[in-house]
This record gives sequence, structure tokens and C-alpha cells, in this order.
Amino acid sequence: MKPIYFDHAATTPVCKEALEKMLPYFSDVFGNPNSQHAFGRESAKAVDGARDSIAKIINCKPNELYFTAGGTESDNWALRGVAHAYKDKGNHIVISPIEHAAMIVTAKELKKEGFDVDFMKVDEYGFVDLDHLKSIVKKGTIFVGCMLANNEVGTIEPIKEIAEIAHSVGAICFTDAVQAAGVLKIDVKDLGVDLMSMSSHKIYGPKGVGALYIRNGVKVQSILTGGHQERTKRGGTTNVAGIVGFATAFEIADKEMQKNFEYVSSLRDHFIDRVLSEVSFVKLNGPRENRLPANADFSFKFIEGESILFSLDLAGICVSSGSACSSGSLEPSHVLLSLGLPEELAHGSIRFSFGKHNTIEEVDYAVDTIKTAVSRLREMSPLFKSEGEIKYV
Amino acid sequence: MYNEKVMQAFQNPKNVGEIENASGVGTVGNASCGDIMQISLKIENDIIVDAKFKTFGCAAAIATSSTATDMIIGMTVEEALKVTNKKVIECLGGLPSQKIHCSVLAEEAIKKAIDDYLAKKNA
Repeated sequence: MKPIYFDHAATTPVCKEALEKMLPYFSDVFGNPNSQHAFGRESAKAVDGARDSIAKIINCKPNELYFTAGGTESDNWALRGVAHAYKDKGNHIVISPIEHAAMIVTAKELKKEGFDVDFMKVDEYGFVDLDHLKSIVKKGTIFVGCMLANNEVGTIEPIKEIAEIAHSVGAICFTDAVQAAGVLKIDVKDLGVDLMSMSSHKIYGPKGVGALYIRNGVKVQSILTGGHQERTKRGGTTNVAGIVGFATAFEIADKEMQKNFEYVSSLRDHFIDRVLSEVSFVKLNGPRENRLPANADFSFKFIEGESILFSLDLAGICVSSGSACSSGSLEPSHVLLSLGLPEELAHGSIRFSFGKHNTIEEVDYAVDTIKTAVSRLREMSPLFKSEGEIKYV
Repeated sequence: MYNEKVMQAFQNPKNVGEIENASGVGTVGNASCGDIMQISLKIENDIIVDAKFKTFGCAAAIATSSTATDMIIGMTVEEALKVTNKKVIECLGGLPSQKIHCSVLAEEAIKKAIDDYLAKKNA
């Protein structure tokens, strides 16, 4: 049987259209877009076209869009770049506790440099507490950052309101739209954000390419210094084929947005409904509404996530886990802990993220397989019998 | 990341369960760390005649539980106390470095179960 892929939040296959558009830019149109000659100009034209196309989709000016190597670079650049550019204005940074590691780790690094880092509060579903945010921003807050939608539990955050709160104290507002761009309709002007990260490989584009939207007028210090690429703000030879593939994938994602949203969320809702009704001692992490269409995240009580992951893998189902054991770290998912889950439940979590090529038959097969795998592992668990129905009801 | 032996032991573990009226039981680890291992032993004339485990943990924790219990069945108590985590790892053909602690848990669970047996015996 062909393996079933339910890990689209990790990455997606490159769509045929993007791949075909990319191919000429490896060996036929290979010029460096920074070169002045005909070869260079042809590559530059392709990059300009891609920039125009993405800018139009998110409603910004092409010169407000900077190509990067992906989400992690965009996040790093936004946070470090703003912190360093505005350090004379203040040293207070506020981010959500459920940001990607690219943000959390960068914020910790900045703390070592003397920046004062505070975290927003989120509720049990992962939604940012806006009143709390209002109470912690102040004169001297230079950066307020929150994901548009969370990668683990799918929560879609009230970014517009967050941006208003950030701007009320004169702070720069950043959003990480790596999971949301191409999935939800995004208009940066309407959202009111100053900076936004995007990534290509989450939306059927190639890996190793992404972008950072920087509103004109916002200062962001460079982190990759060197050449004159990206209007001297981001050195490094331009990834022409990757950028062309990214733009093509983004165009398709934008065109198919409504259709994909409806289809993928119907698979996801069927999956969640079946798991909640057919598997005992299970907790859905994240909200039912205002959730990314592809995302379902469950904690299976009494058992550990990595052993669930491999049980499903052996049955041909590919998913990811928030358990510490699968990531190689000792701590379980910081996102689930921020939502208030006890550590044992965070260790028992599995993320399912569906895609446009998945089918309802695959979803049904997965539910049946989960039931078998979960009961097999529970038979082995010392927690199941001893704590059984008492502790977790 | 796991070799075939480990995956095989994870997929078809031996000695799953609990021994009723066990001669000794040892439980180590805690849920917040993501691993709990419980080993129960049936010991007759200082010889381990049966060993069973229940484990909350990753694939490596389950595989090491299976292998460790299998190794000590038939051993004397004295021999079983000499089973180190290294021997469990050898028996599994190796473990990824971040999973070594699972084999340590298995060694500790065996020792704790035997301690429990000895304490009862000497009581």
C-alpha cells in the first residue's frame, strides 16, 4: 500500500505547475539576476515577475517583498532586524508563547544581548489574550510578534487586533504567516501588520525559499550582509528557480483557496468527529472554529506520542508528534504546554495535517488504524490500568 | 533512526503485562519525562522464572523493556543484577544516542524489582 501522508504542515510535495515553471531556471536561464548582461536580465525578469505576483496576492508593493531562504530566515530577520534597528527607541519585545522555535530561540538570544522579552498569554485553545497584551505593551515596546496561525494546533490568531494594540504604543507588528499564507486570504494592509513571514514549501512550492514582507518605512537591519541582492537588504545569490516555483505555487494556492479550504476542512472535520466519538480518553488540542483547515491535533491519554507515530508509520500513515521523544529534545511541545496541557498529555500528542491530495478513504483507514494502535499501546501502558478512568475523567 | 531489531521488538514486544502476586515489582521514570517503566518478576529459589513489563514511553522504551525482560528470564537474581544498559543496547544492535536513557531505565527497573524482592524476602 502507498504510504498515506498526513504531515502537510511539515512540508508538501511541489505541484507539477511549479516544478515545470522552475525547470528552465536551472540550466537554460541560469544567469545571475544581478548581472547586467542578457543572461542576467532574463533571470531578473523572472524574479521581478514572481515578486509582482506575490505582492499582488498579499496586497503590498513589490518593493515591500524580500525573498529569503524560508520561514526561519524570515522570522530571524524580522525579530533581530527590528530589535537592532530600533534599539535606541526601546528594548522591549513581546511575542506569543506558541511561536515557532525560529522566534522563541531568537528572542532568547536577544535577551542575552540585553533586550527585555515578554510573552503574551494564550487560552486553552491557543488564542492570544488581548487584554493581557494591552496590559504588557508600553512605551519602549519595539516589537510585537504573533503567528497568524499556529503550526501545531492550527489556532488562527486575531492579528488585526494585535496589530492595533502594537501600534497604540508605537511598536512594530510582525506576523508569521508560514502556515497561513496560501491557505487563508491575506491582505497585509487590512491586517495592519508591518512585517510578515511566508514560506514556499508549505503550499506545494519548493523548499529553501520564502519571503519577508517589510512595509515601506519600517527599518529592519540586515542579518545577511554582503551583495546588493534584494535592494541591498539581503545578500546572497538569488534563488531564481526557487522563487519562480514559490510564486507559481502561491498563485495556484490563491486561485484554489476556497476549493481547497472546503475540501481539506471537510476531511479534517470528518476525522475529528470520528476520533472524538470512537477513541476513548482523547483530547482535541486547539479550537474547533478559527482553526487552519488542514490541522487536527490530538493527545491520546496514557500513551506516548513517538510510539503512536511509529505504530502509525508501520501501518503506512505518516504524521508528526509533539512528544519530546520524537524531536530529540527533552521537553515536550512548548505550544501544548503553553495551552496548559500537563506534560504527560503533551507527550501523547499527534498532529495530523491534511492536504488537497488526501481522500476520505485515507482518513477512514487512519481512524481504524489509530483505534488499533492506541489500544495496543494502552495495553502496554502502566498508566492505563492504574489511573484508568479515575484520573482523567 | 531505529534499526530493524528495535522496530521488531517495538512492533512485537515480548512479556507485556503484569505478574499477579509478583515476587518483586520495580517502577521507574515519570510521566512528565515521557517514560514510565514497570517490571514485575516471578522468582523461585533466586531464579527469575518470569518477567513482565508495562511501559509508557517511546518505541525505544518499549523495545528495551521487551529485550531486558527477555534477557533476565532464567537468570539468577545475582546474574540479573549484572545486566547493564549496555548489554541491553548490544542485544538490540544499538540505539540512537538520545535514546540511551531508555536502556538505563530498563536496567534501573530490573534492579528496583529485585530490590523489592530482596526486601520482601528479608523482611
